[in-house]
Amino acid sequence: MIVDAARGAPLGTDAQSPPPELVQLLTPEGERVEHPEYDVNLTPEEIKGLYRDLVIVRRIDTEAVALTRQGELGIWASLLGQEAAQIGSAHALRTGDMAFPSYREHGVAWCRGVDPLDLLGLFRGVNHAGWDPKAHNFHLYTIVIGSHALHATGYAMGIQRDGAENAAIVYFGDGATSQGDVNEAFVWSAAQNAPIVFFCQNNQWAISEPLERQSRIPLYRRAEGFGFPGVRVDGNDIFAVLAVTRKALDNARSGQGPTLIEAFTYRMGAHTTTDDPTRYRLQSELESWKLKDPIERLKAYLVKNEMADREFFDAIDAEAKQVGSDLRRRCLELPDPEPTAIWENVYATEHSLLAEERDQFTSYLASFEDVSR
Amino acid sequence: MNEGLRKAMENDPKVLIMGEDVGKLGGVFRVTDGLQKDFGEARVIDTPLAESGIVGTAIGLALRGYRPVCEIQFDGFVFPAFNQITTQLAKMRMRSLGTLELPVVIRIPCGGGIGAVEHHSESPEAYFTHTGGLRVVACSNPSDAYTMIQQAIECPDPVIFFEPKRRYWDKAPVDRDLSKAVPFDRAVVARPGEDVTVLAYGPMVKTSLEAAQADENHSIEVVDVRSLNPLDEETILESVRRTGRCVVVHEAPVFNGYGAELAARITEKCFYHLEAPVLRVGGFSTPYPPSRLEDHYLPDLDRVLDAVDRTFAW
Repeated sequence: MIVDAARGAPLGTDAQSPPPELVQLLTPEGERVEHPEYDVNLTPEEIKGLYRDLVIVRRIDTEAVALTRQGELGIWASLLGQEAAQIGSAHALRTGDMAFPSYREHGVAWCRGVDPLDLLGLFRGVNHAGWDPKAHNFHLYTIVIGSHALHATGYAMGIQRDGAENAAIVYFGDGATSQGDVNEAFVWSAAQNAPIVFFCQNNQWAISEPLERQSRIPLYRRAEGFGFPGVRVDGNDIFAVLAVTRKALDNARSGQGPTLIEAFTYRMGAHTTTDDPTRYRLQSELESWKLKDPIERLKAYLVKNEMADREFFDAIDAEAKQVGSDLRRRCLELPDPEPTAIWENVYATEHSLLAEERDQFTSYLASFEDVSR
Repeated sequence: MNEGLRKAMENDPKVLIMGEDVGKLGGVFRVTDGLQKDFGEARVIDTPLAESGIVGTAIGLALRGYRPVCEIQFDGFVFPAFNQITTQLAKMRMRSLGTLELPVVIRIPCGGGIGAVEHHSESPEAYFTHTGGLRVVACSNPSDAYTMIQQAIECPDPVIFFEPKRRYWDKAPVDRDLSKAVPFDRAVVARPGEDVTVLAYGPMVKTSLEAAQADENHSIEVVDVRSLNPLDEETILESVRRTGRCVVVHEAPVFNGYGAELAARITEKCFYHLEAPVLRVGGFSTPYPPSRLEDHYLPDLDRVLDAVDRTFAW
């Protein structure tokens, strides 16, 4: 299973080595395996749909990295390698469930119907979030690590008070599990028995800090101390992620409270486009994880089971390419906001100080126009 | 406060109370006394002892359509929630291009004068007035407590609501007719006068009124600023232009305190009306002292009058 030798760190510390209970339904070679507790029953069309999403979000990601390299985005946080964790868990959501992302959940955003252009707008700096969270039940990206775990908990408390059969899911990384807010969210959701799923993508690295800097036990085992179940799933296995997340959401919706899911995965790219992982991790580690690529394993499964042929894969590749080039074109066409946007939407109604600043600055800008005449 | 909260809960089923010990105990100052009994545990929530959690979950509840009123037990305990207030609560409307609204009220018993141990007597208002997206208000008397808390709860913006804890025991008539109430983002002239304007808010309004009463040599106008952000410049500047002199009073340290902003704005906008520089009276640039020294640290009637005398000596 997950081998850690490449990192050169001693094996056997609890935080690093996955225990036998890692839930897996699809091996890295694309073999379907059974698990005593978890299963998925998907039609070939549904599986092909998952594959399509995986390929398209990877293409969106690739395009965004390229746009950053060309100076069109200020920064980008790549999801490379985490596509199955995101697409699998997002497909477990119902429309009425609410997702609270961190800032790398481009795959979840895709599944929630958010236009990827709105993600790029944020990283280009034209706004802080272009999508309507209520229209997609996909909250704003949260950059302050772990803060949104409490928002999701509060939202879940609201679901309880509404008597609704929905759940909240919150996405965060291994580093976030050290944050007070995430631990407070564990405390609160347990005490309130809130309908929430904590979806931790353990991609092994918090920028340059490996997991052993955050924890001496496997992250999913943290849940036990807070009083709710934790489960570690192969985060590169889309079937297992889907099955585990479905069950956790079902439990939440039916009054059984929170679950912590640790999706064991790997950040195959840099933390962001400003990061240089060669300074802190070995290439051989990345190479070992490439063998567990989430997309390749689903492709192998589709081929082995004769569910898809060359024509299908070519069509998906063509569609992804089209999405990418459309996205590039639309990104380049994004207009810069007007200067007065600085003062918009800060308060519900006109604010005297802001109005004064805005008017003074507008006059100041106008004074340059006078000079040029 | 208690009646105001009760009224807000009766008027809107989405209003929730949350905080430490706000349920059966009714809060350490009994401000929420009896509310859990009448409105139930789902609406009056005894929270875990985690201030970041109180504000963070309140944000989530607001996203779901609720109007949470959070109690931070004491001023000095707001800092664990500082991240949630400044990076999340304040910015959410702007970050969402106006699609999200967070009508969250954060009540903070503030200020000293009750002989408390450390972290129980502070005046952290400047940290919050410095943060765009928040409204910051302070009530100074029972009638304003009743009306302003209801106005704050109705407000679609997040509101930091300061309650001068040593004035909890004050008794005064309360006008229950909200329709006649001054909007909560307006200052009021608490005592008309002609010679000098004293600007105060929260606990220092009463101190300033007592000073004005005691001064036989000058006619002191006391303006209760009430709303620190937004600031009602109209009322304040009108008063200072009329009197030509101004003293700002607050419990918080003078250095970089809210009074510095008032002094700067008044100087800029009333320059030719001023007979003297705007003077500030407040706490010292130190940590809050042990309570046996707080009478020296906190502005009192004499220190207000000393500043008034100095502004006339100019």
